[in-house]
Amino acid sequence: MTALSVSGLTLAIHGTPILSDVDLTVGAGEIVGIVGESGSGKSMTALSVMQLLPHGSQWSGSIKVAGNDVGAMTETELCGMRGRDAAMVFQEPMTALNPVQTIGDQVAETIRIHTGTGRREALALARQTLDRVGLPADRFPLDRYPHELSGGQRQRVVIAMAIALRPKLLIADEPTTALDVTTQAQILDLLSGLVREEGMGLMLITHDLAVVAGLADRIAILQHGSVVESGATRDVFAAMRHPYTRALFSASAHVPSRTPPPAADGPPVLAVSEVVREYPQPRRGLFHRPPRFRAVDGVSFEIARGENVGLVGESGCGKSTLARAILALDPLDGGEIRLNGEVFSSAGDGPRMTQRAGVQVVFQDPYGSFNPRHKVRRLVCEPFHLLGSPPRGAELEARMLRALEAVGLSAGDADKYIHEFSGGQRQRIAIARALIIEPSLIVLDEAVSALDVSIRAQILDLLAELSGRLDLSYLFISHDLTVVRAITDRVMVMKAGRIVEEGPTTRVFEDPQHPYTRSLIAATPSLAAALAAPADRRAPSGRRDA
Amino acid sequence: MSAHARRTGIVSAAVHHPAFMAGIVLSSIFVVAALLSFVWTPQDPLRLDIPGKLRTPSLAHWFGTDHFGRDMFSMIMVGARVSMAVAFVAVGIGMLAGVPLGLYAASRRGSLVDEFIMRGNDLIFAFPSLLLAIMITAVFGPGAVNAIIAIGIFNIPVFARLSRGAALSLWTRDYVLAARVAGKGRLRISAEHILPNIVNLLIVQGTIQFSLAILAEAALAYVGLGAQPPLPSWGRMLADAQTLISLAPHMALFPGLAIVVTVLGLNLLGDGLRDLHDPRSRRTRP
Repeated sequence: MTALSVSGLTLAIHGTPILSDVDLTVGAGEIVGIVGESGSGKSMTALSVMQLLPHGSQWSGSIKVAGNDVGAMTETELCGMRGRDAAMVFQEPMTALNPVQTIGDQVAETIRIHTGTGRREALALARQTLDRVGLPADRFPLDRYPHELSGGQRQRVVIAMAIALRPKLLIADEPTTALDVTTQAQILDLLSGLVREEGMGLMLITHDLAVVAGLADRIAILQHGSVVESGATRDVFAAMRHPYTRALFSASAHVPSRTPPPAADGPPVLAVSEVVREYPQPRRGLFHRPPRFRAVDGVSFEIARGENVGLVGESGCGKSTLARAILALDPLDGGEIRLNGEVFSSAGDGPRMTQRAGVQVVFQDPYGSFNPRHKVRRLVCEPFHLLGSPPRGAELEARMLRALEAVGLSAGDADKYIHEFSGGQRQRIAIARALIIEPSLIVLDEAVSALDVSIRAQILDLLAELSGRLDLSYLFISHDLTVVRAITDRVMVMKAGRIVEEGPTTRVFEDPQHPYTRSLIAATPSLAAALAAPADRRAPSGRRDA
Repeated sequence: MSAHARRTGIVSAAVHHPAFMAGIVLSSIFVVAALLSFVWTPQDPLRLDIPGKLRTPSLAHWFGTDHFGRDMFSMIMVGARVSMAVAFVAVGIGMLAGVPLGLYAASRRGSLVDEFIMRGNDLIFAFPSLLLAIMITAVFGPGAVNAIIAIGIFNIPVFARLSRGAALSLWTRDYVLAARVAGKGRLRISAEHILPNIVNLLIVQGTIQFSLAILAEAALAYVGLGAQPPLPSWGRMLADAQTLISLAPHMALFPGLAIVVTVLGLNLLGDGLRDLHDPRSRRTRP
């Protein structure tokens, strides 16, 4: 029996067409990947199935969940369907759970609503379900609260809520995008294991080709609300009939062409020595002061002129704290940081303002990086504040234009507000702002993580070109190993506040020395490896071997 | 060229914003009435006419007469002067003192200065405004000016708390970090990046405080601590009408309507200003 069959689904919201003529089937025990970039309609397809569409939506076509026509159901019947026949796992485990309810109660809630069993039985069933998703009773009793769990553990609770009633169809909307690579691998293993054992259909929505390539039996590729290509995963990737599939594929595996930096002469652009950064921890008692938490623990490294250095690690390893310290946003608790040979900041001594112009930053979130009330002109020119005598009039105009043109924007964009730009364009503006005072180092803090693959490829090309042309150094901070591998000369792996491995990028990726580096690389989904794996092997094990 | 284009953009956006235009019209009725009352009123609002007391509205007395036979329409015109002056100045004092305090406290979050400013605000908040007004009156004597000061002081912690709370969340934004990387100091970031992004909150709170200030003035006038007779104010007119509400309902109706329409007009104006101030919600095309 098919878990889900969608045919001719067309959707418009307030008259704007969102989906057109989408056909989709998910069989029992089958994993179907829905791939597309932001705005392609993948989440709206999922919401149509659950009938959780926003106001003003009008849809036509046929949606059948476990054989029942969703269009013919009343709201009461829909409530009965949601959670029992079809369940959903969301992207953000941090907000998908109610912070004031225990995990046991939240899993039991689904069971009680649909089956009307008592609290005691529901909790017993919740216990079994939590065991199934890898949260054993001795470490994760039912009375735990969400804030006591890590992101991956919370996502397991969300999955437990979804599978508690053994639904026919499970929809997972970017279930691992917010998670670290090693956690992602575990969650994907869990999902594919559940599908096999329970025989439910899984609709896996993602922007990451490597994830579906390793996991899905069939995939559908969405562009502008239509399915441009669908079929068995291996066939789709082998044939790649549609140009958009080819474009997505090449963008995912994109490596910008770079000229290796010339041999460095003179002092390094950035010299970090024995940097320590500590935070006070919350007090647990009146007389007991807990030890300070060492987020960055004696880190030292150098970046030569024109060199691109990657800093990888999972969330909480201290890489963002280190970035803030390098930008002199926080005071140091030990060590010192030199820019171009001169002391920029050191323990007990704040940043030297005259040095500040040497380092600029590009943040992850293209939507939060700009004051929404200023025009691009003013946003881009902000760092001129650092210069003693900032350029004025015609010279200011010329330098602003040069920065905008360097990132592929035009003069006409200077008088627009930031909300008129897309995510990729905003990230270009962020790079223009970092470039305008010609720093020697730019810190890129997850600068391409929030972008679609095709936009990401363009931004990586831009960064590589700028680095070669302007002799810029980058400190490229990311949790995404594929991106780091594509753009850096040297890479550092950080764990628990320390750098555990460092070396040329190719050497570290091909011959990792530290066990942590090895586990990181093994957990990273790889498109090529997934497709090269033997056809009869299911993905998770195939990925492990890669 | 760009400045000109932007100006016409805002003006045309304002003209095509129905709530904003309605707000302008309603508020200007009372501003014009207040200004006009300096040179002309239909009758002398201070002239007593005991035989002609409690008249219902007629051609001679558009809004009727009160319990001393004074012309209600003229009194409301003069009262607009007092009520609006009290409300504007009191909210102005609250904003001018409260917003910088709140922004400064937010920029030094967790420091002693922050604690000092915010606990000081708590101290003012702990006093009822009426008690504060009585204290000020005890020192300086009753009058409209002292009522303004009392209501103004009471408004300071409202704006200080609001702006500190809103500013704290903005201080964690990436664009504030970017400004710090660009070497800008706390004060400059507060003025350039924080303040413009909390203005919409301040406008909305300002219109609410404005109506509260009119009512606070009415309360002070009721216990004799506001504008002193014979100078009429809307609040005291309402207070006078209270005992005669069944006998002469028009005495309560007209000052009440004046307050409602002014507050409504200012609220609409505030909403419109908030929309026009935000480039995201401004619609430049007609």
